[in-house]
Amino acid sequence: MPAEVLDARDIARALTRISHEILERNKGAGDLVLLGIPRRGVPLAHRIADRISAVEEYDVPVGSLDITMYRDDLRMKPARTLLPTEIPAGGIDGKVVVLVDDVLFSGRTIRAALDALSDVGRPRAVQLAVLVDRGHRELPIRADFVGKNLPTSLAERVSVRLAELEDDGSVDSVAIGVPAPATKGESA
Amino acid sequence: MKRHLLSAADLTRDDAELVLTTAAELRSLADRPIKKLPALRGRTVVNLFFEDSTRTRISFEAAAKRLSADVINFAAKGSSLSKGESLKDTALTLEAMGADAVVIRHSASGAPHRLAHSGWVRSSVVNAGDGTHEHPTQALLDAFTLWRHLGDSKPGGLEGRRVAIVGDVLHSRVARSNALLLQTLGAEVTLVGPPTLLPVGVENWGAETSYDLDAVLPKVDAVMMLRVQRERMQGGFFPTPREYSRRYGLDGRRMATLQDHTIVMHPGPMVRGMEITADVADSSRSVIVEQVTNGVAVRMAVLYLLLGGSESESNE
Amino acid sequence: MTSTTYLLKNARILGGEPTDILIEGGVVAGIEPPGGLEARFARTSTSGGEGAEVIEADGLIALPGLVDLHTHLREPGREDAETVETGTRAAALGGFTAVHAMANTDPVADTAGVVEQVWRLGREAGYCDVYPIGAVTVGLKGERLAELGAMADSAARVRVFSDDGHCVSDPLLMRRALEYVKAFDGVVAQHAQDPRLTEGAQMNESELSGRLGLAGWPAVAEEAIIARDCLLTAHVGSRLHVCHVSTAGSVEIVRDAKRKGWNVTAEACPHHLLLTDELAATYDPIYKVNPPLRSAADVEALRAGLADGTIDIVATDHAPHPHEDKDCEWAAAAFGMLGLETALSIVQHTMVDTGLLDWAGVAERMSYAPARIGRVADHGQPIEVGAPANIVLHDPAATRTIDAAESASLSRNTPYAGMELPGRIEATFLRGRPTVLDGKLWGGTA
Repeated sequence: MPAEVLDARDIARALTRISHEILERNKGAGDLVLLGIPRRGVPLAHRIADRISAVEEYDVPVGSLDITMYRDDLRMKPARTLLPTEIPAGGIDGKVVVLVDDVLFSGRTIRAALDALSDVGRPRAVQLAVLVDRGHRELPIRADFVGKNLPTSLAERVSVRLAELEDDGSVDSVAIGVPAPATKGESA
Repeated sequence: MKRHLLSAADLTRDDAELVLTTAAELRSLADRPIKKLPALRGRTVVNLFFEDSTRTRISFEAAAKRLSADVINFAAKGSSLSKGESLKDTALTLEAMGADAVVIRHSASGAPHRLAHSGWVRSSVVNAGDGTHEHPTQALLDAFTLWRHLGDSKPGGLEGRRVAIVGDVLHSRVARSNALLLQTLGAEVTLVGPPTLLPVGVENWGAETSYDLDAVLPKVDAVMMLRVQRERMQGGFFPTPREYSRRYGLDGRRMATLQDHTIVMHPGPMVRGMEITADVADSSRSVIVEQVTNGVAVRMAVLYLLLGGSESESNE
Repeated sequence: MTSTTYLLKNARILGGEPTDILIEGGVVAGIEPPGGLEARFARTSTSGGEGAEVIEADGLIALPGLVDLHTHLREPGREDAETVETGTRAAALGGFTAVHAMANTDPVADTAGVVEQVWRLGREAGYCDVYPIGAVTVGLKGERLAELGAMADSAARVRVFSDDGHCVSDPLLMRRALEYVKAFDGVVAQHAQDPRLTEGAQMNESELSGRLGLAGWPAVAEEAIIARDCLLTAHVGSRLHVCHVSTAGSVEIVRDAKRKGWNVTAEACPHHLLLTDELAATYDPIYKVNPPLRSAADVEALRAGLADGTIDIVATDHAPHPHEDKDCEWAAAAFGMLGLETALSIVQHTMVDTGLLDWAGVAERMSYAPARIGRVADHGQPIEVGAPANIVLHDPAATRTIDAAESASLSRNTPYAGMELPGRIEATFLRGRPTVLDGKLWGGTA
C-alpha cells in the first residue's frame, strides 16, 4: 500500500505558493501562458491559472501540450493514444510559457515538451512548474517552481491523484510506494 | 490495431474510434506554423501505386511527410497483369530497401492481402484501394467527416445515423469499405443503385438496399454519391448516362428533399452532370472539399497507429 | 518378354473378403481364397526363378487400375509445368493406369500429328497408358472443326474430343461436332462455360464474390450450356460428356437428361467434392480453378449425384502450373490445381468414409465408367482371371499429410498441402508390371 506524502490541503498550499512564485519571478502575469502536460499537468495548470487570476484579476491563457510524438521511447511500446494539444488563441510567440507537470523525474518528458514547444512557436522564455520533484534526473533539466521535493529510490513509484481526473470521487493526493505492476493513475 | 490495414473489416469499433480521435488531434496540425511531427522519424513509407491515383498518393505522401517519415513513391503502372515486373518482385525490391510500411494501390482485388500474407515483405501493408474490393482509408476519412458533422466528434457519435451510399456499388471499393466501417461505428447504411449495379448477395451485407433514390433521400443524415466510371457506361449496366442521372443523379431538385442538417459527400473525382450536378457539389451541404483535408489527418492517424509504436507488441 | 509373377496375398477385391491374386504374364492368372494359390508357390517367398514375388496385402483394397478422363500433361509446349513422363509418374502414384491427356497443349492437339506425339510419349514413359484427347475446333478457337476423323484414325485412336479450357459455345458448331463424332463412336467432352456470362470471372458468384470484389462466375453460365448441349445431343442422337460439373443445378439438369434416356455422361472433380468458395477469401490463387470452387450446398449436391450415378465418373482435371503462375495476385494467376496423386484419397474421404459409396462404386466411378466413356478396351475391367492385370492396392486405413514438395508432378500447385487425408496407394500394376510398389515409383518403361 503506497504511503500518502501529500494530502489535498498540502497540494492546495503547494499550488498557491507556486502561483505566487510565478508572479514574483515574472513581475506580473502579463506575458504568461500556462501549458499543462497531459494528463495530470493540465488540471494543475488550470488550478495555478485560477490562483493567479484571483490575485491579478487577469485571466492567464491556459492550454495543453501533448508530447506523445516527441517521446524518445515512442518505439518501445505499441503506438500510444494521442492526448489533446490546445494552444491558447494568442499563441506562444514572444510569451513566457510555464510548462506544468505533476512529477519531475528523469527529465525526458520535459525534453520532449521543449521539442514540441519549438514546433508550435518561439516563446520569449520557458519555465517549468511541477508538483513533485522526485530526483533521479537523466538530462540537464531543473524545475523553476517545485511544490515538494521528494527523495525517492528508483524502485519506488510516485502516485498522483487529482480530483478532476478521477471518476470515483477520490480527492487529491500524492503517495509513494513500491507496487509490483504499474496500475492506472501512477506516474513515474 | 492489426499490423496491416487491408479491409475496413480489420477494424473493431475501438480501433476505428481510436483512428478518428487520433485524426482529430492531428487535424489541428494543419493550423500550426510547423506542420510536422517527429513520430515517424527514420521510418520509410513506400507508396506503391500500380494504378494512377494522384489524389490518394498525394494524400498519403503528405500524411507520411508530416509525421517525418521518409517517403518513396513507386509508380509501377502496368503491373504484372500486363507482364511487367511481378508484384512479388516489386515487393522483394521494396523489402530490400527497408520499407516499414507499404501503401499499395492495385487494380487486382486482394493484391494487398497477397502482399501482406505471402511472406514477401515484413512491413505493414496499407490498402490504398484494390480493384473492386476495398479502400479502407477512404472509408475512415468519410467516417471522420461524418463524425465531425453529425457525431459531435465523440465516440459513439455515429450511432443510429443514417447514410445513403448511391450509385455503382458493384464496382465500388469505397462503397464496400464504407458499408463495413459505418456499420461498425453504429450507423445505418442504405445502398442505393440500379439492380445491375448492386452486387449479388448485397442483402446480406447488413445494410438496407433500395432502387429508389427519391424514397431514401428524405430519411438520411448524409448522402454519399459514388462515381460512375466511364467504362461502366458502355458495359450495358444501364441504358444511357442520361437515364442514369435522371434516376440516380443528385440534382438541385432532389437536394431540396433532404433534411436541413443532411450533408452531401463524394469520394472524388466527380463526374459533374452525371451522378452529381454542379449546384449540389458546390452547395453549402457539400463537404467534398473537407473530405480531402480530412484525408491527410486520417492517413496520418493510420500511419502513426501502425508505425508509431514498437513492432514487437503489435499483433498480427 | 518374361515378366515377374506376383502373388498378392489377402487383398480385398473391391473391399470384399481377403483373397489371393496371382498376376502372371500381364494378366490375372488366378484368384483363390487365402492360401489357395500358395501351394503352387510354396517353394519361395521371395522373387526369383519359377516362384512368385509375394506381396503381403493384408488390409489393402484391390481396385481395378484407375482411369482419368481429364488430365493436363502440358506436353508439348509447357514442359516447365509438366511432361508426359512426370505427369504419368504422378498418375501411377495416384493409382491410375490410364489417363486422357487434354488437348490444350502448344501446339494444340488438333491434328493427328500432335495426338500421335503425345500417345508415343506416353508409351515411352511407361508409367501409365496415355490416351490423347483431340481438340474439337482448330486451335481451340471455337471457329471450325478440327480434323476429328484423322485423329480418330491415327495411331492414338482418339475417341474423346474436347476444347477443355474453352467452351464450344457456338450452338451450331457444337451440333456439328456432336453429329460428326458419331461416325467413329466418339464423344464430345464439353467445358460448359458461357463466355459472355463469365467475362473476367474470377470465382463463384456469391455473396462472397461481392464482398471480395472478385468478378463472379454464376452457376447459370455452366448450367445453361449443359442444358443446351443435352438438348442438342438428344436431337442429333450423339454422345455428350460434361466435364467437371460443379453446381447443384448442373447435377439436376444431367439427372433430368438421363431420366429422359439421353446419352449424356458427366464427371466431377475431387476438389469440387471437398473444397468450397470460402477459400477464395484468402486471395491465395492456389484455390483458383476453372470451374471455380462452389458453395457447400453445391458440394453436397455433387456428392449425392456421384452416389446415385447421375455423375458417372470422377475425373481429376489435374492442371499443373509453374510456381510463378500461382505466386502472384489472384486475378493474374492461372486457373487449375493438381489432382492425380490425391484423387483416390479425396474420394475415400468424401464418398467412402461418409458412406455414400462402397469400393465397388469407386471402381465404377474411377475405372469402369471412364474407360467405357473413353472407349478404352484394355482398362476398366473387373479383377477377374484372364483380365489385364491393371490393379491398384490401396490402404484405406493409412493417413498422410500432403506435402506439395513430395509430388511427382513438376508443379506444386496442390490445394491440399498440409491437409491430412485418408488412404494411401501401396502398389499399382500396369498389365502385370508394377509402376508403384510400397507407395513408391517402381521402374519405368517395360
